[in-house]
Amino acid sequence: MSGYPVAARDLTVRFGATTALDGATFDLPAGGLHGLLGRNGSGKTTLLSTLAGLRTPSSGSVLVDGVDPFENARVMGGTGLVRESGDLLSDASVRSNLRLLGDIRSTWHADRADELVDLFRLDRRKAVSALSRGQRSALGAVVGLASRAPLTILDEVYLGMDAPTRQLFYDLLLADVIEHPRTVILSSHLIGEIEHLLERVVILHAGRVLLSDEVDALRAKGVTLTGAASAVAAAVDGLTVVATRDLGATRQVTVFDDLDDARLARARSAGVDLGAVPLQDLFIHLTGEESR
Amino acid sequence: MFEGREPIYVQIAEQVRAEVLSGVLGEEEQVMSTTQYATTYRINPATAAKAFAELVDEGVLYKRRGVGMFVAAGARGRLLAEHRARFFTEVLDPVLAQAAVLGITADQLARHIRGSAADSSAADSSTTDSATEPEGDAR
Repeated sequence: MSGYPVAARDLTVRFGATTALDGATFDLPAGGLHGLLGRNGSGKTTLLSTLAGLRTPSSGSVLVDGVDPFENARVMGGTGLVRESGDLLSDASVRSNLRLLGDIRSTWHADRADELVDLFRLDRRKAVSALSRGQRSALGAVVGLASRAPLTILDEVYLGMDAPTRQLFYDLLLADVIEHPRTVILSSHLIGEIEHLLERVVILHAGRVLLSDEVDALRAKGVTLTGAASAVAAAVDGLTVVATRDLGATRQVTVFDDLDDARLARARSAGVDLGAVPLQDLFIHLTGEESR
Repeated sequence: MFEGREPIYVQIAEQVRAEVLSGVLGEEEQVMSTTQYATTYRINPATAAKAFAELVDEGVLYKRRGVGMFVAAGARGRLLAEHRARFFTEVLDPVLAQAAVLGITADQLARHIRGSAADSSAADSSTTDSATEPEGDAR
């Protein structure tokens, strides 16, 4: 088992007059750790619910392991969607919830769930409703990891965790997908900490796919150029500029484009400093107010 | 870690090459598996695998089936030859261009290079000294 491949083709989902997804097209290969990035209200949760077979497209299609997941028992059984709100029985204890999941999920690993509950120091006797936000997030992570579903979708699960718990979660997630390869989609608007963990990323903005690419390829396209305004202006002539800042006579420009080494070498010899663009910054520049 | 502008897999490969060049990784020595590498540095396993595959293609590393990856015999010598060839164009030429902008003459450069070469061979306590610019040199 190496996970389900996922694809969307011109996927559109409307709720009355609202268009939540507007012609989204992307592919995620089987067996990788991928990111879905979008601001609040960009359509992430609608997209993930559609992938999990919980709703039907208004037009276009999604394919999970090659088939339409809606009401498909095989792929729905192999898909584990964990939302931050938690799809758990809030009045029941942690222990009963985990037992119930073990009964309904064929891929569930009860021993792994037990280990993870200990690692995250969760109290098994507590009702889910009595857990703190961070503890509920950790329980979501336990469910996502222990279900070992061929398509595991973690919708904003780590946002409620504190920094040490997030680090623990990343380490456990990475070790788990290496040991038990499957397709994992992490969705968030906060990715600074996980950009190196991801293989591909899909960036949604206002229901559309802004970008779908390997994180490493995106990295190679982004560059900041800092130097004398005239030298920087000459260096970026004809390139796609996503942000410009002037600091006195110094200008810093963020470019997102196919870059050739010769041009960059010329910029460098003209005294322009070149820097990396973290994925989080690129995301902010591409989806920020000024760019739309 | 991995703050550079290049793709992560390029940075990983470069780091391994640097360790082979400096001798931190000896020939026939086993290197970390991609899994160990990914978990140690918290990076995507596919990215680590891509870097190691590139190093195998280049002949810096080789695979022993079921055991792991090792530094190839002669890898250091080959890397030395390549890096020496690139040193003048990639490292020295930008320095010379900068020297030209600053009006530093070839004579001054030559004197500085001979001076630091003499310092580093004469005494072992001169490492900070050789890094200072000529004007700052009070001797």
